[in-house]
Amino acid sequence: MENNETKTKKEKVPRQAMPAQEPQIRSRNFAEVPLGYSPETAILEASRCLHCKKPFCVDGCPVDVDIPGFIALISAGDFAGAARKLKETNALPAVCGRVCPQEDQCEKLCVLAKKGESVAIGRLERFAADYERNSGTVTIPLPPKANGKKVAVVGAGPSGLTIAGDLVKIGYDVTIFEALHQAGGVLVYGIPEFRLPKSIVSAEVDYLQKLGVQIELNALIGRIKTVDDLFADGFDAIYLAVGAGAPVFMNIPGENLNGIYSANEYLTRSNLMKAYLFPQYDTPIVRGKNVAVIGGGNVAMDSVRTALRLGADNAHIVYRRTEAEMPARKEEVHHAHEEGVQFKLLANPLEYLGDEKNTVRAIVCEQMELGEPDASGRRKPVPTGKTFTLEVDVVVVAIGTNANPIIPSTTPGLETNKWGNIVVKNEGGATSRTGVFAGGDIVTGAATVILAMGAGKKVAQAIDEYLSTKSKG
Amino acid sequence: MYQITKKEILSAGVIRMEIVAPAIAKAKRAGQFVILKINERGERIPLTIVSSDDKEISIIFQIVGKTTIAMANMAVGDSFQDVQGPLGNPTEIENYGHSVCVGGGVGVGVVYPLAVALKEKGNRVTSIIGARNKELLILEKEMKQVSDRLFVTSDDGSYGVKGFVSDVLRKMIDDGVTINRVFAIGPVPMMRSICRLTEPYKIKTIVSLNPIMVDGTGMCGACRVSVGGKTKFTCVDGPEFDGHEVDFDLLNNRLKMYLAEEKQAVETCECGCHGK
Repeated sequence: MENNETKTKKEKVPRQAMPAQEPQIRSRNFAEVPLGYSPETAILEASRCLHCKKPFCVDGCPVDVDIPGFIALISAGDFAGAARKLKETNALPAVCGRVCPQEDQCEKLCVLAKKGESVAIGRLERFAADYERNSGTVTIPLPPKANGKKVAVVGAGPSGLTIAGDLVKIGYDVTIFEALHQAGGVLVYGIPEFRLPKSIVSAEVDYLQKLGVQIELNALIGRIKTVDDLFADGFDAIYLAVGAGAPVFMNIPGENLNGIYSANEYLTRSNLMKAYLFPQYDTPIVRGKNVAVIGGGNVAMDSVRTALRLGADNAHIVYRRTEAEMPARKEEVHHAHEEGVQFKLLANPLEYLGDEKNTVRAIVCEQMELGEPDASGRRKPVPTGKTFTLEVDVVVVAIGTNANPIIPSTTPGLETNKWGNIVVKNEGGATSRTGVFAGGDIVTGAATVILAMGAGKKVAQAIDEYLSTKSKG
Repeated sequence: MYQITKKEILSAGVIRMEIVAPAIAKAKRAGQFVILKINERGERIPLTIVSSDDKEISIIFQIVGKTTIAMANMAVGDSFQDVQGPLGNPTEIENYGHSVCVGGGVGVGVVYPLAVALKEKGNRVTSIIGARNKELLILEKEMKQVSDRLFVTSDDGSYGVKGFVSDVLRKMIDDGVTINRVFAIGPVPMMRSICRLTEPYKIKTIVSLNPIMVDGTGMCGACRVSVGGKTKFTCVDGPEFDGHEVDFDLLNNRLKMYLAEEKQAVETCECGCHGK
């Protein structure tokens, strides 16, 4: 009887909204857009969880977070405990609470989603991780007994950080080699401050270093040392998590005009190099008044919203299909709309026109229409023969990335596919080279932070099994 | 941190530094470069590794903007926050027979390690180095040591042959000297004129390009150039390319992308020198 009453009561609590900066204000600053739950709101939201006997939400999590477990701790007011629970399986909860596509993962499978609105798992995860960091209750687990085995991780992005955390916790000596001057990979060069404050990434990286993970910066493997050099240095296994590095261009006329950036360059200048603070920081970026971002994914949304914050009067998305086919998260598209981004849909760039200084001044686009579904299941854009011209002074090309060639070209015997991605034999990330494992975007092509983290977790287990068996044999 | 152990003024506005970076010093090969960042707020700038020993690498730079002004103000004992490298593909060094190394301005610092490597491989090395005037000429002694023959030019005739490095090369070609390969490194107009000169004679000419870069690992495409009609990334596909295929106009245009910002950076620089 009591149970039933509680249940009825629970269903009455609606999914709690998270306060956010007003669109007109936030589109001109780089501060974070959503502001996070208060403790009261978090407890209220946590009370919505039904604590299902068979929690489907966990099946949707690539890193197996004990979702009902951490939510129960929030309900009980033990926020630091909730954060520790998250960290048992997730090395980067404050990051995942912000950038995971929960609507396609845990929240999609939440029982409440079928009846209406799922528990806001991502917002609760963010709340617990932020609470722990901001209240100074972060505790470092006691170091495990060292097993004397050394693992090299190449790339300090989400996948590399995850595997490093998992392996150091069970006694491995782990060193991450990072090509850039800062750890974090896409979390620091790609995702903008307004979606993921960089102080959060450095706090999570600090935590891993306190666990004992060593990080060597400015170390581009393939150049300063090869994979074979790492074995010669005494590493017993190597995990390649170098990301989907190389930007794709359309190879259309005028694409090398000044003012045309790859999304990687535009975002790296703004995020990693802090060009939005130029001239206090030394790296410049062209602050366009009329900016067009080519593409319809999350990176395109990050770029176009960055353009607004850099002072654009008109910030356009130019996409060859319609909004229904856009690969970006709905939430990101929604934020872009709210902030005043203009969507030029069914538009495909044909050519860029330059001015007398060889700076881009316009894009000639072809008007498209939707035809039959293609291999991806989405209706294929087909040309109509009609064109239009869009006046621009900055263009950002955000149509995807290819594999970076440096590791494959310097590692004999490492098998890659026709796109240059490293071929793995199984979920454990085994490559064609013994002792060399790979995971994340360099294997799958550009995907999400959480999938790269999921790969890191699986490969951590595989490396542990490989090295345990090897020493016995 | 990467400490400066030696600083030497080579000519007006041109400085050589030795920086502690043992892993880079060990791994580097001729033709490769590093990206340096002075401090937290600094930008990343690419510079060729001129030479190295067990522990240190040596770089040469010209004072042109905020970052290089700040570098010129650094002293022995100061450190760079970040030095990343070695980057780029090493030069393909073989015994080509008679190789001619052409260097203009600070480009002499870039061509020097190639001359060293070519000589070690058994090439007969002729070097042609030049500058606007005598004061701006660098590394004459070093180049002399590694070359079978050295020509020096100055635009104003204040030292060596009056004229351009290309004038000396043209004379060699006109005199019927057999040249198997040319390496030309310097300002864009110089590299372009050398390539125009050698192309009709089908003398393979390698140039090292110096576009604007950010990450240096192939990630951003800032350094894209057009070679043989195809877009290449200088940091991972280069920095050296067949000079007869390079679109030098595009390179020149792209080098000018941030002129306004570069001026602003110098004017607002906290050092108060306003670029003087």
